Amino acid sequence: MPSSEQLAQLILSGITQGSIYALIALGFVTIYNVTGVINFSQGEFAVIGAFVAITLSQKVLLWHGQMTASLEWPLPVAALIGVAAAVLIGVLLYRLGIQPSRNASPLSQIVVTIGASIALRGLVLLAWGTDPYRLTPFTEGPPFDLMGAILTRQSVWVMGLTVVFVVSLFLFFKYTLIGKALRASSANPGAARLMGINPQWMGLIAFALSAGLSALAGIVVAPVTFMTFDRGLMLSLKGFVAMIMGGLTDPVGAVVGGLILGVVESLAAGLISSGYRDAFTFAILVVVLLVRLGGFIKGRKGEALERAGL
Amino acid sequence: MKNKLNIVISVLAVLALLLTACATPTTEAPKPTAAPAQPTAVPATKAPEATKAPEPTKPPEPYVIGAFLSSTGPASSLGQPEVDTVNMMAEQFNKAGGIKGPDGKMHEVVVKMYDDQSDPTKAVEAVKKIVESDKALVIVGGTSSGASIAVNETVTKAKIPFISVASSSAIVTKADGSQHEWVFKTPQQNLPVAQVQIDWLKAKGFTKIASVGVNDAFGKDSMAAMKKAAGDAKINLVYEGTFEPKTTDFSPQITAIKAAAPEAVIVHAVPAEGAPFTVQYRDLGLKFPLVHNHGIGNQAFIDTAKVAANGVLFPIGKILVIDQLAANDPQKPVIDKYIADYKAKFNKAPSSFGGHAWDAMIMVKMALEAAGPDSAKIRDFLETKIVKFVGISGIFTIDAKDHTGIGKESLVMVQIKDGKWLYVAPADYAKVP
Repeated sequence: MPSSEQLAQLILSGITQGSIYALIALGFVTIYNVTGVINFSQGEFAVIGAFVAITLSQKVLLWHGQMTASLEWPLPVAALIGVAAAVLIGVLLYRLGIQPSRNASPLSQIVVTIGASIALRGLVLLAWGTDPYRLTPFTEGPPFDLMGAILTRQSVWVMGLTVVFVVSLFLFFKYTLIGKALRASSANPGAARLMGINPQWMGLIAFALSAGLSALAGIVVAPVTFMTFDRGLMLSLKGFVAMIMGGLTDPVGAVVGGLILGVVESLAAGLISSGYRDAFTFAILVVVLLVRLGGFIKGRKGEALERAGL
Repeated sequence: MKNKLNIVISVLAVLALLLTACATPTTEAPKPTAAPAQPTAVPATKAPEATKAPEPTKPPEPYVIGAFLSSTGPASSLGQPEVDTVNMMAEQFNKAGGIKGPDGKMHEVVVKMYDDQSDPTKAVEAVKKIVESDKALVIVGGTSSGASIAVNETVTKAKIPFISVASSSAIVTKADGSQHEWVFKTPQQNLPVAQVQIDWLKAKGFTKIASVGVNDAFGKDSMAAMKKAAGDAKINLVYEGTFEPKTTDFSPQITAIKAAAPEAVIVHAVPAEGAPFTVQYRDLGLKFPLVHNHGIGNQAFIDTAKVAANGVLFPIGKILVIDQLAANDPQKPVIDKYIADYKAKFNKAPSSFGGHAWDAMIMVKMALEAAGPDSAKIRDFLETKIVKFVGISGIFTIDAKDHTGIGKESLVMVQIKDGKWLYVAPADYAKVP
């Protein structure tokens, strides 16, 4: 029987992992609500953001050792540029992939995003190779002791920044004009359009926002779990499962879903076998799909469901 | 609502396809597929006879060596120096005019090189191609133990000798303890590695250890070796655990190790998982000495783990610390020459993994010189005539009962200190870390 210290440790690591899933799921929900697209490049944004930040802040070999990057810029600057790079790619994806295909079925648009994710993964593989990279932790120092469980400083950063991002996102949606416009075009695109809100601009903003969010997630987690070129697909899938758990359209549900997913995974790996980590994620997915597509949180189906035949 | 369900289900179907395409199979008997890999690098070889042929006779037929190594994938930090070494050796052979066969003529060496992408299935595809269309006389390769084990059936059926550069004992040893007829290997087995680790544990007076490894052919074999060696030495394994290849979060294992409170932790992994494990182990504040096995002995481990690598102990071949060993070490001239050649060509220090490939290529050369283009004779040569051969990994004596030919004597204990490899003499075991 595991001790309470072990359980506490597993739950803590689960919350750290879950925070990342939550941020990625938030990105999914934002894009889905505004454009109706499930964007499977979401995980790649996290990978690209992290890799750009790593390259700018420490010595890295690029293109199979043919180029050495040793800029060693301060971490906040590197992180900011990492986010900017992901936002740029998000914007390009929308302009070149999603917007031209806006009259196609949602499924075709999803396939466009899957194609983009494969292309982006290939690009990262070419530039950075297959080695795992680690970003320097934001603050050095010994870890904290919490009821016998160890909490690393970076985990504190992960959890703290996740809270900050989520809260500021909600404030943005609630109080700013752009946020309100985004919500309006998600609730009723037709009416929003009549009010002079340009749905294409809204789609662009949604993609930029989600890409930035995912990149931030990738950057804060890179010191804990390293980053490899092929993590994007798994991150996308976990974020997608978290989104489904929250009922597809509900941002609060997505965050809760992500956290639950992280904890369940960590407990499954620690108490049963690390081989079943991913199996549990997808078992949850099947259960949610079979039992309740509306998500775990009742009574919050959201008006977005009603729109446009969905 | 129905529409939404349809979308979700179709998306899942597409993703299921993607996932299966990306998954790394760990099965040991993969099915052949219709699309074999393309050769990625064939060293630019000259055909001197063809250009200056003074008489109309055809040049002697080239000797074809098949090679499959991991230039990409999780094992790439091991595989790339092996690829470089094989290409460099072939170039050296050809610069000298080729290999002089038993017919007295110089034969050009042609290496057919494939990247198995650290994937046993791709390794089998490559070997099938090497056997069927390249018609190689002998095969060198198998960066990972999984890939080396997977191709056993193919090389045995084709009766082509295969020299593996991976370490699991199952590559050459059958379940009943006898050796696979057509398979040899140059790296040390995992059992002698475990015995060196046990020597250190004994010197420290430790009796409780944790053993944790990657859940693949290499990790499992190394863990089994540790279990056996620890049992012989009456050392308790208070924790035994595995993590999956490509794992990024090791907190479940590290948490359990902490609860088990061992006196030392033995890790069985390559840099792809070993480096993140080491970093998280240090991050979580565990203080038990960390001992790795010979899977992490390359610069990629230090580059990735950085300060966390400090203090890590592991047994490995002599090449990493040859400059710190006695000047009269019998392997020193061979190793020094290899290091000099490699540095001159690639501008970086070689690893023990490249050394395994060097040993294999020299054995191939000796076999071709004596046996000529006859796979069965090459095999017989490898099994009976490799006696006291001084290589990079050790001094090899191969016979029908042992297709590895080196053991514990070829290993030294090394400690990582400030990003450098530091030799630890057996007399100093009690003082480290």
